[in-house]
Amino acid sequence: MDRHILSILVENQSGVLSRVVGLVSRRGYNIESLSVGPTEDENLSRITMIVPTESESFEQLTKQLNKLVCVYKIVEMDKGDAIVRELVLIKVAVAAEKRNEVIEIANVFRAKVVDVGRTSITIEATGDEHKLAGLENLLRAYGIKEITRTGKIAMKRSAQN
Amino acid sequence: MSDTRQPTIEKGLPRFGSHTEKEGRVLTGAQAIVASLEAEGVDVIFGYPGGQAIKIYDALYDSTQIRHVLCRHEQGAAHAADGYARATGRAGVVLVTSGPGATNTVTGIMTANMDSVPLVVITGQVPTSVIGSDAFQESDIVGITTPIVKHSYLCQKAEDLPGIIRDAFYIAETGRPGPVLIDVPSNLLSAEFEFHYPDSSDIASYRPTIKPNAKQIRTAAAAIAKADKPLLYVGGGVVISDASEALLDLAESLQIPAVTTLLGKDALPNGNPLDLGPVGMHGSRYANLAMTECDLLIAVGARFSDRVTGKLSDFAPLAQVIHIDIDPTEISKNRTADVPIVGDARRALTALKAELDRRGAAPRTAEWLTHIDDLRARHPFASPGLATSQGGIAPEGAIKLLSDMLDPRHSIVVTDVGQHQMWAAQYIDREVPRTFLSSGGAGTMGFGLPAALGAQIACPDEQVVCISGDGSIQMCIQEMATIAVNDLPIKVVIVNNSALGMVHQWQDLFYGKRFAATELSDVPDFLTLADAYGWKGFRVFDPADLEETMSAFLAADGPALLDLRIPREERVFPMVAPGAAIDDVIGAVSVGDISNQIENSEEADR
Repeated sequence: MDRHILSILVENQSGVLSRVVGLVSRRGYNIESLSVGPTEDENLSRITMIVPTESESFEQLTKQLNKLVCVYKIVEMDKGDAIVRELVLIKVAVAAEKRNEVIEIANVFRAKVVDVGRTSITIEATGDEHKLAGLENLLRAYGIKEITRTGKIAMKRSAQN
Repeated sequence: MSDTRQPTIEKGLPRFGSHTEKEGRVLTGAQAIVASLEAEGVDVIFGYPGGQAIKIYDALYDSTQIRHVLCRHEQGAAHAADGYARATGRAGVVLVTSGPGATNTVTGIMTANMDSVPLVVITGQVPTSVIGSDAFQESDIVGITTPIVKHSYLCQKAEDLPGIIRDAFYIAETGRPGPVLIDVPSNLLSAEFEFHYPDSSDIASYRPTIKPNAKQIRTAAAAIAKADKPLLYVGGGVVISDASEALLDLAESLQIPAVTTLLGKDALPNGNPLDLGPVGMHGSRYANLAMTECDLLIAVGARFSDRVTGKLSDFAPLAQVIHIDIDPTEISKNRTADVPIVGDARRALTALKAELDRRGAAPRTAEWLTHIDDLRARHPFASPGLATSQGGIAPEGAIKLLSDMLDPRHSIVVTDVGQHQMWAAQYIDREVPRTFLSSGGAGTMGFGLPAALGAQIACPDEQVVCISGDGSIQMCIQEMATIAVNDLPIKVVIVNNSALGMVHQWQDLFYGKRFAATELSDVPDFLTLADAYGWKGFRVFDPADLEETMSAFLAADGPALLDLRIPREERVFPMVAPGAAIDDVIGAVSVGDISNQIENSEEADR
């Protein structure tokens, strides 16, 4: 299955997100990951969306999105040529005696411990999906109480020469 | 032809803009809406008042420029504005209140959206302070209509109203036209501000491609110049972009035949030998065969809808495809285009013709046209005359008779949806664009009567005839009152078979004659109904009386309806079964009475 990364520049106005998201589901696609935020221009927001599909007519969706009056520009990111990142908060069930093991794992992944309780510890990590999947795998052995993710954001890499 | 049919101003631009007497004055939001519509040059609004729209109506009371037509249902208002827009090319304007007033326009908006008709729909909304509180007559009309509008606005500030209205007309009328909805919370209507109306619109995120790509034009011209069996496939986009002349110019200079979609029916003069008429599910067998055999298909403002293509993989299997459309999403959506051309149809056709002239291209289709003439001679539409073999009125003959009685240059035929619509597409001849109005993509029963009302208001000097069915007519029958009160001389032919004929036909052919929920009774008595609404009523059963009755009906003063009784067993042929290839046709026989044909085909089945 192909996973398309769309970076969509839209008008920064209420209702715009629902137009974009509604169109995607209406045309029969799922959204795997979604993030929205303001940009360098206060009138514009950027929506980053990952859409998995087996359809060969994916271009139809980007054309339909382009047709929305509130959409300025759509860029489909090429995975090889884009920086893709996500932030994840993981609450791990861990008693005091094993806490250091978990902190060590977090350090290896350059993740931060952001909260510690009597029976759990919360780790903040950023990275691409492979790194975050690796961290999640190792922490699962201790018991994951809760995970929350921001959704992926992406930016095209600068030219090297 | 009346002036209203030829817009004197460019689409997408306001007629008066900032040059009105209200420019610079302090107005309330409600007055500003009316002033904005006046600045756009709006002469008529179709609407229905209510609590949250009452201030706009109060402001409208003072307008000398704008006529308000009070429809009897908001759906009727939306279809009427649609009919106005289809007849003129200018945006139709709808004004309704919040809640049910707004939701009643939904079918009308969707109908306009499917057929690319420019509408500006203004809905009252509850005050901003109570939005989201389930207030009386609150509905999220922007949310409800998002999938079926070209764009929509929920206004936040009164000062934004003129700019939003300007942009709404611009978006509705330019590019691929469509409906734009403006939802106005009622507290904005009393806020005062200094009124200024823009003279144009500039929307950074909305830049439709008008001018076709020159390289693609050259590629297309090269393909046309060497095609042996080219075929034009003409859709509603040709009518919308006023491209009929350019199309005819290209077709005639290179002798390229053309088939038309339902919405492209009036894009070409139907008498022209190059016009092969309707294609697809109920198209002629010869048009469908030409489609299957052509080696180059030039689609112009058409969208390869399933009603035209039938089974896609067998559609025009030998053809290279040139697809001209202003909407890039239509290109390669259903059928991959070999030469895609995004742009305005008129510009593209004009550029193509110029390029072909430059190349010195000459007609090379003599053999192809001879072959098509042969197909046409062998597989014409049935011509049963006025009577079926059982002595009832033959609908094909009746519609043909109606067509012959109309002046094709000074009449507008509006249809509803169903069997009568297909008979109209097959047997009504049209000469000029914007004279055949029908709900194509949406297939909205109930469209006909209010759309005829809108068309008659737009074109008071034309004869407006609505062809409807006993099912469709009852879906917006309340507009008989609007038509009577406004003294509009509309003529409505009810092709009455006491059934929902098209579904009845499908049940007959594909569902083992299990006529579930498709048989209507003789209620209402349409003559009594005509009387109740102050219309003249006519009824005819006997083919022998048809000509005289039809002629008296058309000549009647004021609005009139004709209850045209036909046998329930009449079928629309030819027909391509849903999902079949378009050259795989049921009921296309070269000669004979349509009723006999049905019997024959039924016997063959047994």
